Amino acid sequence: MSGHHQHEGAGRTTSPYAARIRAIEALLLEKGVLTEPEVQDSISYMEARSQANGAKLVARAWIDEGFEELLLSDAKAAALQLGMEPEHPAEFVVVKNTLGVHNLIVCTLCSCYPRAILGRPPDWYKSFEYRSRAVREPRAVMREFGFEPPESVEVVVHDSTADVRYMVLPIRPPGTEDMGENELADLVTRDSLVGVNVPRL
Amino acid sequence: MTFEPGDRVRVLPSEKPGHVRTPEYLKGKVGWIESLIGEFPNPEELAYGHSGLPERPLYKVGFRQADLWDDYEGPAEDYVYADVYEHWLEPGEGGPV
Repeated sequence: MSGHHQHEGAGRTTSPYAARIRAIEALLLEKGVLTEPEVQDSISYMEARSQANGAKLVARAWIDEGFEELLLSDAKAAALQLGMEPEHPAEFVVVKNTLGVHNLIVCTLCSCYPRAILGRPPDWYKSFEYRSRAVREPRAVMREFGFEPPESVEVVVHDSTADVRYMVLPIRPPGTEDMGENELADLVTRDSLVGVNVPRL
Repeated sequence: MTFEPGDRVRVLPSEKPGHVRTPEYLKGKVGWIESLIGEFPNPEELAYGHSGLPERPLYKVGFRQADLWDDYEGPAEDYVYADVYEHWLEPGEGGPV
């Protein structure tokens, strides 16, 4: 195979799974099922997406109540409004943290994640440990990430088992009243979009 | 639609193999219908190159953590939502939530 893909550069992994994927990719190209430009486009598409998109959606929702309403009722429309392309067959749903409810996202079956918006999930999200423990002992998992919701707060876990991808709308941290949209977006970490932690000043 | 929001439902304890989107830890457990998400091609067929048609209703189903794990650490109000296809649900005992 041609060997010029971005994923075959410095970060190339030698695991048996990676070798298998490369073999399958080579076969798909050889048999004309896929073309090189299609593979490249697909890689570019995934790499152009990151948690920065999620942070933008959250920061806008924090400063614009109407946008928050749209984000919670039709997250794809909200993403389109900020120039993102949420085209993906799966539904995209944003769940809101409040003083009484903290949301946590997991996919116990595999690694479903709002990739069309946020790109690839972090490795820990795909780990067997996170996937099993997030539903079994979510409070212990969050503690390990450095966040401990009080007992008075309901912890609600969303298991993305089927055709919906979830993202959390965290609470705007106190003391950020004077911050602008970009500054606010900088506070929104990927962990806070999954719900294992919260944004902090 | 067979189920309405608030209906108590039980997840079928089926051992059906394949690309099943119902996790083990929910099988046989009782929860409630939170909402109808929509209708989607059946992933158990779609995964093997079939059309998955007719589309199947998919529900957001809530479960109390205390009903899932005997030794759950945390308040009784904590819960889990999962998205479960209608053909994996049957009416649960105890009437509406």
